[in-house]
Amino acid sequence: MTHPAGSLLIAQDLRKTYGPTTALDGAEFSIHPGEVVAVMGPSGSGKSTLLHCLAGIVTPDSGSITYNGREVTSMSDSERSALRRSEFGFVFQFGQLVPELTCVENVALPLRLNGSSRKAAERTALGWMERLEVDDLRKKRPGEVSGGQGQRVAVARALVTDPRVLFADEPTGALDSLNGERVMELLTEAARSTNAAVVLVTHEARVAAYSDREIVVRDGRSRDMERVV
Amino acid sequence: MSIGHTLLGLLESGPRHGYDLKRAFDEKFGHDRPLHYGQVYSTMSRLLKNGLVEVDGIEAGGGPERKRYAITEAGITDVERWLATPEKPEPYLQSTLYTKVVLALLTRRDAGDILDTQRSEHLRSMRILTDRKRKGDLADQLICDHALFHLEADLRWLELTAARLDKLREAVTR
Ligand SMILES: Nc1ncnc2c1ncn2[C@@H]1O[C@H](COP(=O)(O)OP(=O)(O)OP(=O)(O)O)[C@@H](O)[C@H]1O
Ligand SMILES: [Mg+2]
Repeated sequence: MTHPAGSLLIAQDLRKTYGPTTALDGAEFSIHPGEVVAVMGPSGSGKSTLLHCLAGIVTPDSGSITYNGREVTSMSDSERSALRRSEFGFVFQFGQLVPELTCVENVALPLRLNGSSRKAAERTALGWMERLEVDDLRKKRPGEVSGGQGQRVAVARALVTDPRVLFADEPTGALDSLNGERVMELLTEAARSTNAAVVLVTHEARVAAYSDREIVVRDGRSRDMERVV
Repeated sequence: MSIGHTLLGLLESGPRHGYDLKRAFDEKFGHDRPLHYGQVYSTMSRLLKNGLVEVDGIEAGGGPERKRYAITEAGITDVERWLATPEKPEPYLQSTLYTKVVLALLTRRDAGDILDTQRSEHLRSMRILTDRKRKGDLADQLICDHALFHLEADLRWLELTAARLDKLREAVTR
């Protein structure tokens, strides 16, 4: 498969097995800056494995992943984690906020880990919390907010470093439809305004409808639906 | 639902007589509405005229139900095209989609492909509605939501069917 010029992240012929299980069997992927791509397909088909490979969390057995012209699979562990910290943002099904920290401290955390001062980090964090309409929760701890609110805090935290790629694995999976849609609306709006690419794994069609296009993963193989039709 | 394409699809697995075609159709797809013989004859004569089927033999005793029909190459191409073209998303699609999935299984095509193509077509409509919703007022949002939930219902049915393809294949090819 040929990948369109100007792609930010490209994966070719990814293979990954876990013991006897083939999780990826020649999967392909590409995404442009500012593009929202939904990854769909049945349970166990390899969607999360694909996302983890693209994000440099899991190393594929073979195949290539290029981010901004650099081969991710041949980077050292420390190069890869630097890439994750500086260029990527993550949102998962369950917010994964640190329970001991307040919401604003949670959102500011990635900036603190990158060396920002507390004051500067929390100022930027609060700006993102305003955009996601959760700034009034700044002093609360994750245990004191609702699921929908917590997920918006998690989206703010994922975006606070101004990532070039946002990886979201079932970001609305634990929410009711009203909250899920609001999270998607805010997430895609924020990503578009910063020209971030979004890799969105979801099995919900109404969530995928916020994407620009979708790929389908079946038995570890991907199908780009735009290039099929 | 296209009766012509359904009968053609049934013929693809082997030549059949008119009465046999009607029986197969009723058994697989006609649960609530069996075909009339008249529909079978008029459909078959149209397919004959268009070169999609040919007469493969006639049993003694005459009568149109005694003709044996076989699908032609052009007919197979026609079935292929019909199965590969997604349906326009609209209410009450189930019977057509169900028919396509069953025929794909009967003719050993990839029924998962039909699902993927249809999902893509539905998503295209859902993106337009989502966009309209995002830009619209509350009334627009409610109207679009209604349409979105209906499209989603189709898709949920398709996903569930996809998860049961192996069982369905066993049941229909038995
Ligand atoms: N760490 C692991 N160890 C062993 N097997 C794994 C591991 N991760 C994934 N798998 C297997 O690989 C296959 C693909 O899993 P993956 O999590 O990518 O699926 P998925 O498409 O995300 O499914 P779901 O929609 O249920 O989240 C599955 O069969 C799974 O059991
Ligand atoms: Mg998963």
